[in-house]
Amino acid sequence: MSDRISVAKTYKLYIGGAFPRSESGRSYPVSDSRGGFLANAAQGSRKDARDAVAAARKAFAGWSGATAYNRGQVLYRVAELLEGRREQFVAEVSASEGTKRGEAIVDAAIDRWVWYAGWTDKIASVFGSANPVAGPYFSFSVPEPTGVVAVLAPQSSSLLGLVSVVAPVIATGNTCVVVASQERPLPAITLSEVLATSDVPGGVVNVLTGRTAEIAPWLAAHADVNALDLTGAPDAVKADLERAAAGTVKRLVRSGRGEPDWVREPDVSRMRAVLETKTVWHPMGV
Amino acid sequence: MSSNWEYAPAPESRDIANLKPAYRMFVDGKFVEGSGEPLKTVNPATEEVLAEVSTASPADVDTAVKAARRAHERVWGKMPGAERAKYVFRIARLIQERARELAVLESLDNGKPIKESRDVDVPTAAAHFFYHAGWADKLGYAGFGPDPRPLGVAGQVIPWNFPLLMAAWKIAPALACGNTVVLKPAETTPLTALVLAEICQQAELPPGVVNILPGAGDVGSELVNHPGVDKVAFTGSTEVGKLIQRSLAGTGKKLTLELGGKAANIVFDDAPLDQAVEGIVNGIFFNQGHVCCAGSRLLAQESIAEELLEKLRHRVSTLRVGDSLDKNTDVGAINSRAQLERIQELAAAGDAEGAQRWTSPVPVPEKGFFFAPTVFSDVQQSMRIAREEIFGPVLSVLTFRTPDEAVAKANNTPYGLSAGIWTEKGSRILWAAQRMRAGVVWANTFNRFDPTAPFGGYQESGFGREGGRAGLEAYLDV
Amino acid sequence: MLDPASGSSGMSDVTRDDASLRRFLHGLPGVDQVGVEQRAAGLATRSIKKASKLWAIDTAISMVDLTTLEGADTPGKVRTLAAKARRPDPEYADVPHVGAVCVYPDMVATAVAGVGDSGVGVASVATAFPSGRSNRAVKLADTEMAVQAGATEIDMVIDRGAFLSGRYGQVYEEIVAIKQACGDAHLKVILETGELSTYDNVRRASWLALLAGGDFIKTSTGKVSPAATLPVTHVMLQAVRDWHDRTGELRGVKPAGGIRTTKDAIRYLVAVHEVAGEQWLTPTLFRFGASSLLNDLLMQRRTQLEGHYSGPDYVTVD
Repeated sequence: MSDRISVAKTYKLYIGGAFPRSESGRSYPVSDSRGGFLANAAQGSRKDARDAVAAARKAFAGWSGATAYNRGQVLYRVAELLEGRREQFVAEVSASEGTKRGEAIVDAAIDRWVWYAGWTDKIASVFGSANPVAGPYFSFSVPEPTGVVAVLAPQSSSLLGLVSVVAPVIATGNTCVVVASQERPLPAITLSEVLATSDVPGGVVNVLTGRTAEIAPWLAAHADVNALDLTGAPDAVKADLERAAAGTVKRLVRSGRGEPDWVREPDVSRMRAVLETKTVWHPMGV
Repeated sequence: MSSNWEYAPAPESRDIANLKPAYRMFVDGKFVEGSGEPLKTVNPATEEVLAEVSTASPADVDTAVKAARRAHERVWGKMPGAERAKYVFRIARLIQERARELAVLESLDNGKPIKESRDVDVPTAAAHFFYHAGWADKLGYAGFGPDPRPLGVAGQVIPWNFPLLMAAWKIAPALACGNTVVLKPAETTPLTALVLAEICQQAELPPGVVNILPGAGDVGSELVNHPGVDKVAFTGSTEVGKLIQRSLAGTGKKLTLELGGKAANIVFDDAPLDQAVEGIVNGIFFNQGHVCCAGSRLLAQESIAEELLEKLRHRVSTLRVGDSLDKNTDVGAINSRAQLERIQELAAAGDAEGAQRWTSPVPVPEKGFFFAPTVFSDVQQSMRIAREEIFGPVLSVLTFRTPDEAVAKANNTPYGLSAGIWTEKGSRILWAAQRMRAGVVWANTFNRFDPTAPFGGYQESGFGREGGRAGLEAYLDV
Repeated sequence: MLDPASGSSGMSDVTRDDASLRRFLHGLPGVDQVGVEQRAAGLATRSIKKASKLWAIDTAISMVDLTTLEGADTPGKVRTLAAKARRPDPEYADVPHVGAVCVYPDMVATAVAGVGDSGVGVASVATAFPSGRSNRAVKLADTEMAVQAGATEIDMVIDRGAFLSGRYGQVYEEIVAIKQACGDAHLKVILETGELSTYDNVRRASWLALLAGGDFIKTSTGKVSPAATLPVTHVMLQAVRDWHDRTGELRGVKPAGGIRTTKDAIRYLVAVHEVAGEQWLTPTLFRFGASSLLNDLLMQRRTQLEGHYSGPDYVTVD
C-alpha cells in the first residue's frame, strides 16, 4: 500500500463571495498547537479591509431586505452543511487548538448556529412593540439591522467562538467583515467555504486573515462601518480602537477583558447590540 | 383574427401522491390497524373512493394517550429544547422535500385546487414547523417567565378544510413547547396527516411523541374526554366547540378553540374598486369558501355598491371551477355531499327570504360535489345568509352609509374571527381596525397567514391564539 | 385630426387646463403594489392547451415589432431585419410575418424598401428617442422626417422630466402635436415606466396618453432598466379596458424590452386575455417590442411541430 501524498489546501481571503489572495501579495505561516507548520494564510491589508467593507455594504440591502423566514432557512442550511463537514472541522480545530475536545466543540458550534437560525423570525416579536401612546395614534417600534458590522473574532476559540460572534450579526440582517483569529485562522476559511456553497449571498460575510493589530484600526475608523465587535482585539489596543470608533459614533458590541467562556449558553445581547429601533406613528381617525 | 383561447386541463400527475389502497393509524411510532370500523375516504371532485383508512376504537384512544404520556415523561418532556428543536426542524425540511407529493394528495382527498395546496397549504405547513422549531430552546424569551414548562399530553381535533396545515398549526407549537400529541384528523380528510406521521418516522421522532388516530366525531369525543389528556385543542364548528367546552367543564383541562366566523369585508367609497374586487374574491372563493375566516359578508358603502357589484360579477365569472388536480382550476370541489347539501339549503333560504341571487355562468363538472360561485345582493342583517356560516362559495352583500354604521354591522354577530377593511385612507384603516371586534383584521388585503402572526377569534369564534409568541401560551403551563 | 379629447364622452373638461388635468389624474384610484404584483404572478401560472400553444406562438410572432435601435445600425443591418420580418423561418413558409419592424428615423426609407408590400408595418422611434430631452421643434422635425420617409407607425417618448415635475399639460400638448404630425401613421406613446417608478404614475401616464389621442401606450424604450414587466403591463391593460368602457374606443398596449422567451410572451398574452379581454388579442391592439424574442418563438414553434427541443443553429442570426 503506497503512502499517498495529499493535496494541500491553499487558504485565501473570503470577500464578496469569492476567494481572492491579499492584494498585498503577503502571506504568513500558520502553525498547529505544537508549532508544526499547517499552512500559509493570506495576510490581509488595509485595502483588503476596504474591499471587504464595500462588499458588505453592497450585500446589505438584499440581506436585510429578505424576509426573516428566508434568512432563517438560509442559516439553517448552513448548519446542514456544517454537519456534513463535521469531520473536517474536527480535524482542523483539533490541530489548531491542540484540543482533545474537538468533537464536542464542533457539535456545540453547529448547535449554536441552529440556535441563531431559529431567532431570525422571532426578533421582531421579542424586541419590537406596539406603543400605547396617549393620543389617537398608532405607534409601533420595530428592530432593524444597523448595517455593516466589523467583527474581531476571538483569538483562542477558532470555531465555536467564531460562530458565536458571527451568527448573531447575520441572523439580525446585518452584514459583516470578520477578522479571524490571527494564529488560528483556518477554521474561519473553511467556514467561508461552507458559506460560499450555501445560499448565503456573497458579501454578507467577509473574512480577512492576517495581523489583527494591523487591520483593526482601519475598520474601527472606517466611516461606512456601523458597528464594531472588539472581542478579538488585544486588550492593550482596545481603548484605542474605541477612540477611533468614536469618530463616526459607531455602536460597540461590549466585550470584557480576555476571552469569554464560549461554552456557556448565549443570551440575546449580541443581537441587541447590532439592532436599531425604529418607531413609527400614524393618526387613527375616520 | 379570432381567438382560439383555451386553457389546458393542465393536470398534475396523480401518481406523485403515492396513493395507497389502505392507510393505518400511527401510534407509539408505528403504523397499526385500528379496531374501529374502517372508513373510506373519497375524492370529492370525482366521488371515487381513494383509500380505506382504519379508525380508532376507544381502546385505541387509550393506548395512544398512554403512549403519549410515556413519551412525555421519559423522553420528550426531559429533552433539552435545543434537541427538540432539531427534530422539529427535520420535520419542516422533510415536508419541503415531499412537498409535491403532499400537495397532490391533499387536493385528491380534500377537493381544493392543486394551485392552492401547492402554493399555500404545504409551504405554510412547512413554515409553521420551521418557525416553532426555533422556539423550542428560546421559551424563556417568549414573555411567559424564565422557564415555562409544557402541559403534558395534548389531545387535538382538526377540521377538513386545511387538513395538513391544521395538523401543522396544532403539532408544531405543541412539540416545540415540550408536549406530546394525540391528533385526530377529520373523517373526510385523513390522508395527509398520515403521511405527516411517516415524515415523523423519517425524522426519527421518538415513538409516542406524535400519534395520529383517524376516525369520526366519536373518536374525537373519546379523545378530548380522556382523563389522560392535559390539554385539548379543537378547530371546527362553533356547535361542536361548545359541546367540548361543556364536557370539559370542571375537569381542569386547558382548552383552546378555533371555531366559526361570519367575517365582514368592508369596502369604503374611496377604496380602489378593482383591488377591492380581488380582495373580495380571495376572501370568499379561496378554498371554495371553506375557511373559518372567510369574508362571507361584503359590506359595501352604498354610493359605490352598484359599480362594485358589477365589477365583482364580471371578475367572478372568470373563476374556473373544476377538477382539483387541474392547474388552471380556481375553485375546486366541495369537500362532501353533506357540506354541499348544507350550502344548497342555506342558499335556498337566501332565495326564500328575498335576497337577489346571482350565480356565475361558469361550467361546472357533472360528477363530483361542486357549487358555482354565487353572490347574493340586497341581503339584510336579519337573513339567515347574513348570520349563519355557510362555509361555501357564497357571498352575501349588504350596504352601509357611514363608517360608524359599517363598524356596527360588522360587529353585529356572535362571531368575531376576522374582518377586512378596504380604503385608501391610512387613518381610517387604523380607526376601523381599532373598533373591529375580531381577532384578525386585514386591511387592503385578505386571507394572509404567517406562523409569526397570531390567529384566533373573539367571542363565539373561539379563544386562544395560534402562531406567534402569543400562540405559545396554549401549550405552556402558564 | 379631431381634437382628441372632444370626441370622448365628457372628457374635454378634464383636459381644459393643467389644474383640471391634474385633478383628474390624481383622482384616479391608486394601484396597490403588493396586490398587482401578486395578481400578475398568479396569472403567470395559467397553462395553455397544446393546440392553443401553437396558436399562441403564432399570435405572438404576428405581434412582434422586430427592433433594431443601435448607434451602429447600418442599411445592411436594416435590410437583414426586414427580410427576417417578412419571412421569419426560412424552412416554414406558414409562419406569419411580424407586426412591424422598428428602427431609427434615418433608417425608415431602407426599412420601407425592405418590407415592400408584405404587410409588415414600419415603425420609427421619434421625439429625441430615447431621452426625450430636446425642444418641441426638434421633436416635430424628427417625427416629420420619419413620416415623410414612409413610416406607418411612430413610437414617441413622453417628456418624463415634465411629467415627474407635474407639468401634465405640457406632456399632453406635446403628444397632441406629435399625433397631428403623424398624419395617417398610428402613434405609440412610450411612457418609460422604469423612470416613472410607481404604478400610480404608470396609471396616470397611461390615461394622459389616451386622453391625448395615442393609439397605443408603450412601456419602455428598452434603453432603461427595468423595461417591461408583467405588473406594469397589467396596469396599462386595465387602463385601455377602462378607456374602452368609458368611451367605446379601442386603444392598444405594447410592452417593450426584457421579453426574451416564449414563456414570457405567453404570460403576457394571458394577461391581455384576462385583464383587457379577448378583443385585444390581435396585432392591431397588442405588440411586443423585442429582438431576441422572435428566435425563441421560432424555436418553440419548431419544438411543437417536430416533437423535440430545437437549437440556436436552426434559426437565423440577423
